[in-house]
Amino acid sequence: MHFAFTDEHDMFRDTVREIFASECSTEAIRESWDSVDGRVRGLWATLAEVGVLAIMAPTEVGGLGMDEVALVRVLEEAGYGGVPEPLVEHVAVAVPALATAGAAELLDAAISGESTCTVALATGGPNVVAPVAADLVVAEYSGSLLAVDSGALTVVPKDSIDQSRRLAEISYDPDAATLLAGADVALASDRAALGTAAQCVGVARRLLDFTVEYVKERRQFGKPVGSYQAVKHHLANVRLGIEFSAPLVYRAAWSVAHCDDAVVRGRDVSMAKATASDAVDRSCRAALQCHGAIGCTYEYDLQIWLKRGWSLSGAYGAASEHRDRVAGALGLLG
Amino acid sequence: MDLELSPRYVEFRDECRSWLHDNRPTEPLASMDSAAGFEEHRLWERTLFEGGWSVPAWPAAYGGRDCDLVEWLIYEEEYWLSGVPGRVSANGVSLLAPTIFNFGTQAQQDYFLPRMANGEHIWAQGWSEPEAGSDLAGIKTTAVRDGDDYVINGQKTWCSRGKYADWIFCIVRTDPTAERHAGLSYLLVPADAPGMTRRTIRRLDQESGFAEIFFDDCRVNADNVLGEPGQGWAVAMAAAGSERGLSLRSPGRFMAAAERLRELATANAATGTAMGETGGGLDARLRDEVVDAWIRAEAYRWQTYFVAAELMAGGDLGSEASLMKVFWSEMDLELHATALRLLGDEAEVPSDWLDGYVFALGGPIYAGTNEIQRNIIAERVLGLPRR
Repeated sequence: MHFAFTDEHDMFRDTVREIFASECSTEAIRESWDSVDGRVRGLWATLAEVGVLAIMAPTEVGGLGMDEVALVRVLEEAGYGGVPEPLVEHVAVAVPALATAGAAELLDAAISGESTCTVALATGGPNVVAPVAADLVVAEYSGSLLAVDSGALTVVPKDSIDQSRRLAEISYDPDAATLLAGADVALASDRAALGTAAQCVGVARRLLDFTVEYVKERRQFGKPVGSYQAVKHHLANVRLGIEFSAPLVYRAAWSVAHCDDAVVRGRDVSMAKATASDAVDRSCRAALQCHGAIGCTYEYDLQIWLKRGWSLSGAYGAASEHRDRVAGALGLLG
Repeated sequence: MDLELSPRYVEFRDECRSWLHDNRPTEPLASMDSAAGFEEHRLWERTLFEGGWSVPAWPAAYGGRDCDLVEWLIYEEEYWLSGVPGRVSANGVSLLAPTIFNFGTQAQQDYFLPRMANGEHIWAQGWSEPEAGSDLAGIKTTAVRDGDDYVINGQKTWCSRGKYADWIFCIVRTDPTAERHAGLSYLLVPADAPGMTRRTIRRLDQESGFAEIFFDDCRVNADNVLGEPGQGWAVAMAAAGSERGLSLRSPGRFMAAAERLRELATANAATGTAMGETGGGLDARLRDEVVDAWIRAEAYRWQTYFVAAELMAGGDLGSEASLMKVFWSEMDLELHATALRLLGDEAEVPSDWLDGYVFALGGPIYAGTNEIQRNIIAERVLGLPRR
């Protein structure tokens, strides 16, 4: 029993944190909103270069051969950085599915950054993230996963309040797609929920840091608003939500990487996502309340993380859906 | 990261589990807050001690088995899952002992620790006063040096186990000219000291939950100061860290309670309770509450293991103990409130759940109210301005 990240995990986390800070500034994120594909210029190539895209690919095919434990450390940082790329879809779900199926060429393109993948899973609902940017969709179809080339897609775009989330409903001819033999839909869905939970924790941390800085500076009645107990207690509650959701995410990561029992694995992932969704919801509410009106403006950067929090909270299952799955695992559904 | 128990830990767990199974009292003990129940619980402490399970995290020289933190957490999980009696010694073992280890002289350690381990000395805490609750530094009880003794005058209150305890660990004012935090000393007072009067305060459920203690020229030997005279605040705050964090409320207790809640909910789903419905399945909202209780117990468990790994790597718990105190106390209260909602019109009838609820009500109040804890989180963890 040793519940801690390794130095290697932490160094990797530090590397991606620096990359996100320098290459994915709020200016870069705002610029990406004006582009067709919604992406941050050059970021994908950098992430390929340092191996982020290949975390979950085996070393024999040029991947890092790491597991979900390393992955959640990185995805938490992506949440913190407000990164608009489809990282959960590509890194957490598509790459390991392509690897399992032995789809060598598709995998090679994915981990080298030559291609971008997204996913279409039943647990993600009808809205697919970033199909315009994607070259490949790993799609759930009739209990299996298919690899669908973007050229074979019909894409009907949909707006999200979060301009970094380029949603669309897609359709395709399954006969024109490639079966990813051996890739497990339930495992893919758990990875999507796990990766999103990690991002939720990162978003919550960013909202808290943002707000702590603001309430130290903002003065009313002659003193910083952060000196008032009402404000302190809001932010203490946010900190509590983060403190007790992050370990569930790390634990679920370990379960996905090491546990063969799909029920236990699913229960652990759902406990993590339910708790992380609640934590980020609480962070959004408190961050906005403690900022006051400025927090609702388009100009002010808080909006980037507010909207990400709102969208990721529900992505790949809202807290209520994951609670239901935990209820099932605990034998409470009758 | 490795979340499997290594063979060494599995062996430890199995040994602990089978000892608890074999030595578990056959009949439930009377309440530890009654005269008879207090002595029954003292005997249980003795049984634990003789089996080597009363203070497993302590050094072997004082009756422990030198457990590391993970072993201690495993022990606590097994302890609470086994359903054996609660610990009448908790004030001493969880709150005072860490302070004696940190600040006690060799003579104090050699005298007090073995007697705490074997149940000979059961301790109560004498910190709060009628006019000093959250504002603990406002205490007025004085202890004036007179030859080899200190002479104590004043009043302590809300002393859990205070009526029957053998010893009281107190914070007293030894320098009346010093302001607030200065001039305090940490004093260990035997309950048979002349000049001490103890009176039971009945809790709302009519149990004698705590005592108030009056000191009228109560004499205690000056050897019983723990740490330096005048350093009482610093010494006390070290114990307050233990009280909020790991040592007082380990996850095992809440995991066991969450599992019992799940069983209650399952039974409830089968039979139905409220409004005459039978077998109609579990109300969706109550089901969510049960799931939440279970998830929170797991969250506390894994957060604790995460913190334990940091501590074992040489880290320090510090103000973050306040996060744990708020979390476990509110989790415990919610969990028991859910149980009462599941019981419906049976909730008011005395039961273990009702006892647990009344006990849990105190959680957000004792060991520093949760309002104070949230201030600490905001100021010392997040760095917000004090004023």
